Amino acid sequence: MFRSKTKVLQLAVTLLACAFLLVPTILSVMAGLTVNYFKGISSGLTLKWVYQVWELYSESIFLSIWLALACLIVTLIIGLPAAYGLARHPGWLSRMLEEFISLPLAVPGLALALALLQLYGTLKGFRASWTFILVGHVLYTLPFMVRSILAVLAAMDLKTLEEGAATLGASPWQRFRDIVVPNAMPGILAGALTVVTLSLGEFNLTWMLHTPYLKTLPVGLADSYASMRLEIASAYTLIFFIIIVPLLMAMQWASARAQRIAK
Amino acid sequence: MTLRLTNTAKTYPDGTRALLPTELYVDQGEIVSLLGPSGCGKTTLLRIIAGLETPDAGSEIWFGSDNVTSLPVERRKVGMVFQFFALFPNMSVRGNIGYGLKMQKLPKSEIDARVTEVLDMCQLQEFSGRAVDALSGGQRQRVALARAIAPRPRLLLLDEPLSALDAALREELRDELAVLLREFDITAIFVTHDQDEAMAIADRVAVMSNGQVVQSGTPEDLYRNPKSAFVAGFVGNAMRFDGTCEGTKLKLAGGTLTLPGDGSGQDVFVRAEDVQIEADGPLTGRVETVTFLGTHYRIGISGITTDVLASTYVGQNAPRAGETVTAEIKPEMLMLLPKGAAGE
Ligand SMILES: Nc1ncnc2c1ncn2[C@@H]1O[C@H](COP(=O)(O)OP(=O)(O)O)[C@@H](O)[C@H]1O
Ligand SMILES: [Mg+2]
Repeated sequence: MFRSKTKVLQLAVTLLACAFLLVPTILSVMAGLTVNYFKGISSGLTLKWVYQVWELYSESIFLSIWLALACLIVTLIIGLPAAYGLARHPGWLSRMLEEFISLPLAVPGLALALALLQLYGTLKGFRASWTFILVGHVLYTLPFMVRSILAVLAAMDLKTLEEGAATLGASPWQRFRDIVVPNAMPGILAGALTVVTLSLGEFNLTWMLHTPYLKTLPVGLADSYASMRLEIASAYTLIFFIIIVPLLMAMQWASARAQRIAK
Repeated sequence: MTLRLTNTAKTYPDGTRALLPTELYVDQGEIVSLLGPSGCGKTTLLRIIAGLETPDAGSEIWFGSDNVTSLPVERRKVGMVFQFFALFPNMSVRGNIGYGLKMQKLPKSEIDARVTEVLDMCQLQEFSGRAVDALSGGQRQRVALARAIAPRPRLLLLDEPLSALDAALREELRDELAVLLREFDITAIFVTHDQDEAMAIADRVAVMSNGQVVQSGTPEDLYRNPKSAFVAGFVGNAMRFDGTCEGTKLKLAGGTLTLPGDGSGQDVFVRAEDVQIEADGPLTGRVETVTFLGTHYRIGISGITTDVLASTYVGQNAPRAGETVTAEIKPEMLMLLPKGAAGE
């Protein structure tokens, strides 16, 4: 069946790597479902811990979803016109601007958070509201949105397509609506899924910016490990997975599709 | 609708003077071809007419009795077929063709009826539901034409619409296009760098060189009476003789020719089909190349003038390479043009 020893070796290494990643994950998830972790599975399975997580942290979950959606809307409102502008006016200035938008990628989340705190920390109302975290998330996710849309737009002859629409009587707004947006859709979809996934999972920056009344999903997770029974923290991990894994898979699919179109 | 351009010029921001001040008049229903080598400003002129490029100050563009110089492209009601078609990938064939009608806010039933009518005219019925990237080059070209024509534009502009197709298809579609354009009965401007295309499609050809229209006329007129060496060479590949004129005689390395008029200060041109290989002709040369082209041979003869002189030979017993032949040219077939004429 196997052609050679190298093939067998390759398979073994792959399986080993998978096990290395999967075993702790499975253990962690199982811990969230067992009655008593220290006694092991023999103590029986239960959904008690999951309910407790829901009681304790449902607010974090809703805050995170709310933040992710708000972040998506803001990055779309800023990112789509920005990507369009960059695609329509290629040149060194555009390249500089693109790099500038991408700067937060190179800066550690921690540093970004500190900068935000220094700048706006004294504005009490703002500092204590969810919009403060939103600003951080937008800064961090915007480059993903812009680049994802830009890659798709740059791959087509947008100028000529728009000129075609213009000769047919379309105003600038109609061209944007009928030509630019539909053709950018694969990039928008990939960007949107990336933004939502990153916003839901972002920890570094959020941990610095959060207040005791504003804990997001990952911040709540850290909190549960620090202050709750191990079973509750593990059940939290399970919920986290259930939310983030399908998104991650959808994101992979959408990005691969967008890349195929951009190529 | 008639089109009139006066004093229309274009200087690009980088200083390129793509179009020098140009006058152009196109009559109602006339099909005019802009013919010229690559980079001579054809696309620039077409885009100025469409409104996709702003001409220099002082330029004027008239559509009939409307001065449209400052009217934006979307309100000029022109149809345009782009070199690479620029079909909308997010719409079906039907969607592409109906887009201009949708912009005119026509009721849906009327859009449907008119799209169907245009689909029929362009023989695209069976492709109406297809995505545009599932079409062949020729089909795309027809969709692009159908899309441009569907909103009934005042003027149809075509920028090298056949150049993106392969050679065999190009010739077929060229004749098809000539028929369709007359069927539409529309004023049209057709840009090309291919003289055969221009002659096959247009009522009138405007030859361009270096940002200027150097001569304009019917295909026959341009062919028979070129006003400059450039037009003679570009339309019908006329060859220039390198010799000295003495009155009505032209002395060449391979013999002497009689001119139709006084040749002093003139350049003399001839076309291959007017150079006849005959026994006892006044010109003597050596056959360099013999190319069989189906209906005729193309014979390259050296020794008559500096360059190899081409001659068209119809018949069975073509001379062979290396042979010495004599050739004759009827005086009325020689074209006399002022030396160093404009447009070079
Ligand atoms: N956007 C532009 N900016 C600067 N120069 C241009 C631009 N477009 C065309 N040109 C120049 O103008 C001249 C005419 O171009 P064009 O009208 O495209 O010629 P054609 O269609 O006859 O090949 C060329 O020298 C070309 O390089
Ligand atoms: Mg061109």
